Amino acid sequence: MSTEAKSIAIKDIIKEENLVHRKSPLMTDKMLSYCPGCGHGTVHQIIAEVIEEMGIQSDTIAVAPVGCSVLAYEFIDVDWQQAAHGRAPAVATGLKRVMPNKYIFTYQGDGDLAAIGTNETIHVCNRGEHITIIFINNGIYGMTGGQMAPTTIEGMVTSTSPYGREVSSMGNPIKISELLAELPGTYYITRQAVHKPSNVRKTKKAIRKAFENQDLKKGVSLVEVVSNCNSGWKMSPVRANKWMEENMFSFYPLGDIKVDGELVK
Amino acid sequence: MKKELRLLKGNEAIAEASIRAGADAYFGYPITPQSEVLEYLTLEKPEERTGMVVLQAESELGAINMVFGAAGAGRKVITSSSSPGISLFQEGISYIASAELPCVIANIVRGGPGLGTIQPSQADYFQATKGGGHGDYHMLVLAPASVQEMADFVPLGFDLAFKYRNPVMILTDGLIGQMMEKVELFEQIPRATEFDQDWVSTGKTPDRERNIITSLDLQAVDMEKRNLRLQAKYKKMKENEVRFEEISCEDAEYLLVAYGSSARICQKTVQLARAKGIKAGLLRPITLYPYPTMYLEEIAGKLKGILSVEMNAGQMVEDIRLSVNGKIPVEHYGRFGGMVHSPNEVLEALEEKIIKA
Repeated sequence: MSTEAKSIAIKDIIKEENLVHRKSPLMTDKMLSYCPGCGHGTVHQIIAEVIEEMGIQSDTIAVAPVGCSVLAYEFIDVDWQQAAHGRAPAVATGLKRVMPNKYIFTYQGDGDLAAIGTNETIHVCNRGEHITIIFINNGIYGMTGGQMAPTTIEGMVTSTSPYGREVSSMGNPIKISELLAELPGTYYITRQAVHKPSNVRKTKKAIRKAFENQDLKKGVSLVEVVSNCNSGWKMSPVRANKWMEENMFSFYPLGDIKVDGELVK
Repeated sequence: MKKELRLLKGNEAIAEASIRAGADAYFGYPITPQSEVLEYLTLEKPEERTGMVVLQAESELGAINMVFGAAGAGRKVITSSSSPGISLFQEGISYIASAELPCVIANIVRGGPGLGTIQPSQADYFQATKGGGHGDYHMLVLAPASVQEMADFVPLGFDLAFKYRNPVMILTDGLIGQMMEKVELFEQIPRATEFDQDWVSTGKTPDRERNIITSLDLQAVDMEKRNLRLQAKYKKMKENEVRFEEISCEDAEYLLVAYGSSARICQKTVQLARAKGIKAGLLRPITLYPYPTMYLEEIAGKLKGILSVEMNAGQMVEDIRLSVNGKIPVEHYGRFGGMVHSPNEVLEALEEKIIKA
């Protein structure tokens, strides 16, 4: 096949009906600040697609955390507020209480949601605010350079647990989603991943449901996404995903934890 | 609702004034001596009267960040606390000041430091006027000296907060918070139905760019720009918003400077001094930030000395000394840690520290 024939063939392929993936128009053109291989960008794209498909851009207000996703407001084309570390659920409460018919979501990492912001997280769930929480759990503080997180699993090496997390002195990794599921104010809690296309599809379904649940006014919907942090874990993206499957998923099993207000047995 | 006379506690006046000022939300956490604000609001059912939201938060951290969220939506939001709780607010206030959000924060000050005491104090002057949290910022600080002003400074506070998109603090103390006085209540101001789409986070509509409320600029050059914008705003406040009251100042040789409760006490001291033939006057700063620096600078030449009378170990006295720049003696007197000075104690201090010195 000649070069010319090949180029014509590609041109023929790039057509609307052949489109299998596109950048959501709700993703801005700003270059992502995340490391190559990181799951944040995939989750951003999913959120943008869900907001686009639900047609709720003008009714959505997002709350960014402190951590790697502090600049999330640069990437998804909705109104944003950037909260202090851990306080996103309180900021979201303020927003939802004065605008009860708007869609309010927080986007938080494990340090933000399960360490410094535990109080705000538990109480937003206990009050049953009708908001959505997107929780990215990569078991490490990525932004500050790979320190131990509340979710760092036993034995895991980080810059502040250089010999591995030892639970007798450093405490246990916290399964915050299971803990929050016990509260009557939570309506939907699920744990997903985005390292494979099949997982991406499941996560999108979960995030869509978590947004749609706001219409029901039955409390908090939380989607935990177990994600890699190849930079923080000091691994290649491929190896980080493999390590995540082999080590993280056994402690943080994927699947629904609470659906429609009922714990999944 | 017509103007109406009521006998109210200072804390109740703030609560009632919040509803009447057309506030959209109050978020707070109980602490003595200001719990009546939240109690009054929950009892009054403002959600039925005006649609105002009232929510008891899980902590002061929760409360101030709920304020952040609702203020970012362009709403009129108010909160209140007392000293230890205000310390917990500081993180949020720094973010609010940096993100340039309007809100009103009442501090019903009690004795400190630490858990301190529940009695009145003015020991939070530095924290209120110099920033309080991290970074270069200021709140606009109003100091009511009566229950009437506790009510009136709520709508004034909202006006100033929105004029400058800046947090406004009503800095008062447990004495004014707890005492009852006659108050003439202003008529109900309707809640706003439209919000300034230039900056609010109410949902991006097709006719505008998305709004981002943040206090973050990763590039130092951008953060410097933000700081310059803030400083320009504070300069405007200094030019336009200085408020104070002069009492018997025209022929005064000796000036007492006091705000809030201490100013009420010093009014009596001026009478006692005048009866003894001492030409004393009282300057009552109503705004503590911006401070009546120019007034003091101008009047200093006509005075023999100034006594700063504060329920603390000497904080505002530093601002007075900066204002008069060494031209005349400036001393401090005050009881603190929850103790309140008497008019006679102040007069003795004036004679000892200024007149005989």
